[in-house]
Amino acid sequence: MSAHTQPVPFTKPEPPIAPEKEVVESPFRDFLRAFLKHRSAVIGSVIVLSFLLIALFAPLITSYEYTARSQALLQAPSVDHWFGTDEMGRDLFTRVIYGTRISLWVGLFAISGSIVVGSFLGLIAGFYGGWRDTIISRFFDILLAFPSILLAIAIVAMLGRSLSNALLAIAIINIPTFGRLMRSRVLSVKSEDYILAARAMGMKNHRILFHHILPNCWTPIMVQGTLGFATAVIEAAALGFLGLGAQPPEPEWGTMLADARQYIQLAPWTMIFPGVAVALTVLGFNLLGDGLRDIFDPRMKQ
Amino acid sequence: MISYIIRRLIMLIPVLIGMSIITFSVVHAIPGDPARTIVGDKATPAQIQEIRENLGLDKPAYIQYFTYVKDILRGDLGTSLITKQEIAKEIKPFLAATTELAVVAMLIAVFFGVNLGILSAWKQNSWFDYTAMLIALIGVSMPIFWLGLMEQWFFAQELDLLPSNGRLDPRMEFDAITNFYSIDAIIQGNWYAFQDAILHLILPAVALGTIPMAIIARMTRSSMLEVMRSDYIRTARAKGLGEFWVVYKHTLKNAFIPVLTVVGLQLGLLLGGAVLTETIFSWPGVGRYIFDAINARNYPVIQSGILILATIFVVINLIVDLLYAWVDPRIQYGKGD
Repeated sequence: MSAHTQPVPFTKPEPPIAPEKEVVESPFRDFLRAFLKHRSAVIGSVIVLSFLLIALFAPLITSYEYTARSQALLQAPSVDHWFGTDEMGRDLFTRVIYGTRISLWVGLFAISGSIVVGSFLGLIAGFYGGWRDTIISRFFDILLAFPSILLAIAIVAMLGRSLSNALLAIAIINIPTFGRLMRSRVLSVKSEDYILAARAMGMKNHRILFHHILPNCWTPIMVQGTLGFATAVIEAAALGFLGLGAQPPEPEWGTMLADARQYIQLAPWTMIFPGVAVALTVLGFNLLGDGLRDIFDPRMKQ
Repeated sequence: MISYIIRRLIMLIPVLIGMSIITFSVVHAIPGDPARTIVGDKATPAQIQEIRENLGLDKPAYIQYFTYVKDILRGDLGTSLITKQEIAKEIKPFLAATTELAVVAMLIAVFFGVNLGILSAWKQNSWFDYTAMLIALIGVSMPIFWLGLMEQWFFAQELDLLPSNGRLDPRMEFDAITNFYSIDAIIQGNWYAFQDAILHLILPAVALGTIPMAIIARMTRSSMLEVMRSDYIRTARAKGLGEFWVVYKHTLKNAFIPVLTVVGLQLGLLLGGAVLTETIFSWPGVGRYIFDAINARNYPVIQSGILILATIFVVINLIVDLLYAWVDPRIQYGKGD
């Protein structure tokens, strides 16, 4: 603003602008400040980041192979084996560490898939309305008619048991969450004045959709995506536990818990550590998601 | 209200059709040769052929679907490939076991969840509030199958306090009438069996009830906080009503509507959680029935088990919606969702 009132031609533009930069609040800096003040968001992001680093640097953290067997069967935690060993003498610490990769991978791909498909459908349903809305909304209703884990079981039972089918199933069951959110968000954004203005300017539908509506709908999707990540990790572990997800010898947390069940008396550590890993990951994403929601949408604050 | 109910029922039709298509697919749309997948790799051609004819897999897809729907409408849920029994008959005791477990889990969840939420809201920002909300947060983050395993390990193995498997001591002689063991025991006046049935219920019900409890606690708290700020609560306080009455009578009554919805939705979700909980605690319910069927490639049972649980889920959701509209007259029946 001030630039217009000052006579510019004879002075260099840098000096008056540079100090102003300090004063101007960029939305990102605003966000960062609110974020750092929010305790659960910070704790959540620390947990999530730690798991991310563990997943990335798994081979550097442990010196064992996750499939390497040894003579030391079902040994209690010790200096050599921090989390003990399982029924095949494999180092449990190594398996839990590598399990992080699988869980984050499934969470990331499954939730990205649900977000892309769900948002796309929600966008169309909300923007165009009419028969498209009816069909898409009924499709969401149908998916929501099943308790989610049951639908996942049905899908995996049909396609065959494997980690990739479990991932696909998790992606499918989470579609309506994002779809409905996007739809309701589009419905409210659609009636804003700037959309009317864009229309008045003669803008085409797809341009309005992707340049004006979509950018204004991202925030809740991002928040829900973080929370959805938590759900996806639990669902992947649940499917693994039921024998429908990752197959042995994959070091998947749920599969490890299923194996550990038989040794509950002999070696409780085989089920304690993978479970703690699942719970911590989920807790991290839940804290982060709750925090993001509070920051972006103060009305939802508990 | 009546037109709302009718509209709600009409909306159910496409959902039920969609559901039937999905459960139909569990058997009939297996990629490749369904019959071969169902029988397994070691099957003889004769066995494959038998399955194919049994399930009508040799007919065109649309005929298979219409036969499937017709059978369901007649109450025929197919035949178990393992026991050769009719699923509709076989599933009944399993269904009772699941219902008993789910109801007890829900009672635990509502009792503890609502009270934790109320106390947290009442003592907002106190150490009690923080502890309760931390517990609730951990509760939502806990995989229930892991919680179940930990319970088994700690309370059954280490402390030897509670039974960790099944519904009753297997040595006990017991005639099931309704298949709700706790009720059966009361009918028969068998107090020892009643006690045993209740003891067997505790661990699985707590495992199954933990997530709903946590969600209900969070919901109750935020809903209570909202109501407590309203004018009539201030009036009640100004009148000099005791704090207990303000909280439990005036506030709770009005804060309960959103809580009710959550309770309903969670009751439905318990049915999904039942698959995991029942598997861990060897609880002979529908969830366990489905799990065993998965391992035995007993596809018709998987199909019908899922169909039944999903139908119950849909019906519960419908009841919740109608209750919601009935309890809160502010909901407009005339307009769309």
